[in-house]
Amino acid sequence: MDAGVSYNQMVVDQVDDARLDRLFQAFADATRRDILARVITGEYSVSGLAAHYAMSFAAVQKHVAVMERASLVTKEKRGREQIVRPDLEGVQKARRLLEEYELIWRQRVDRIADILAEEKE
Amino acid sequence: MTFISSHQDPEALSLTFVAEFDASVERVWQVWEDPRQLERWWGPPTYPATFQRHEFVPGGSANYYMTSPEGEKFHGWWKITAIDAPRRLEYDDGFADENGVPDDKMGATHSVMTLETVEGRTRMTTVTVFESAEQLQQMLEMGMEEGVREGMGQIDALLAEPARA
Repeated sequence: MDAGVSYNQMVVDQVDDARLDRLFQAFADATRRDILARVITGEYSVSGLAAHYAMSFAAVQKHVAVMERASLVTKEKRGREQIVRPDLEGVQKARRLLEEYELIWRQRVDRIADILAEEKE
Repeated sequence: MTFISSHQDPEALSLTFVAEFDASVERVWQVWEDPRQLERWWGPPTYPATFQRHEFVPGGSANYYMTSPEGEKFHGWWKITAIDAPRRLEYDDGFADENGVPDDKMGATHSVMTLETVEGRTRMTTVTVFESAEQLQQMLEMGMEEGVREGMGQIDALLAEPARA
């Protein structure tokens, strides 16, 4: 199953994330990563998700809204509940775009290295 | 070797990029602090950057433009949100109109840059977070992507040359 493969990859990715999380306190992305991991493996409503976090329902709803805007999840109304589903295509697309963006930084650090090397000549 | 590692996090729409340089932390800090050095590396050689303003203090702003080979100018801005010289810089950046006014439609990118000494070298870690996949896509489409493709062409050309002694 594709979702399973993607999830396993994400688990692998997350192993190195402790350091990233520290760097990233300002952006509180660990919650969003956790939300995505949950909705890939099981069915959750917004209130079902909120029960897992020490934050308000509104705060969790805000995280879900950010993820929805980023095309990482979709929301589906069922009665009074809102079911949150992963948008795996969106996740793959984001990964592709980040790969392109990475090339910009590869070139930037090469240029910085060139500038620093000038003084040594 | 300059490049150390990179980590793409699609869930957080972030990229972490780690590089090391044979220079002191203070020297690497200068390539960010000095606008004349900054503009030599921020944009690709075919889209050179010109920083018209570079207030390198907390709350300070920077305005710059990148010039295409055809002479077209793409304006951008920075807002410095935190500085702890010479170790840590946090800034937001985005695109602007021709008067340097931020383009709100495009949203801002949030970045944290840290420098540390690792075995006598300076390790630079940059973490960039985008607000949406659309924003990232737009940024890549607007000139930068072209710059990257040209940059890749340059690398290919270099690799094709016989190695110099």
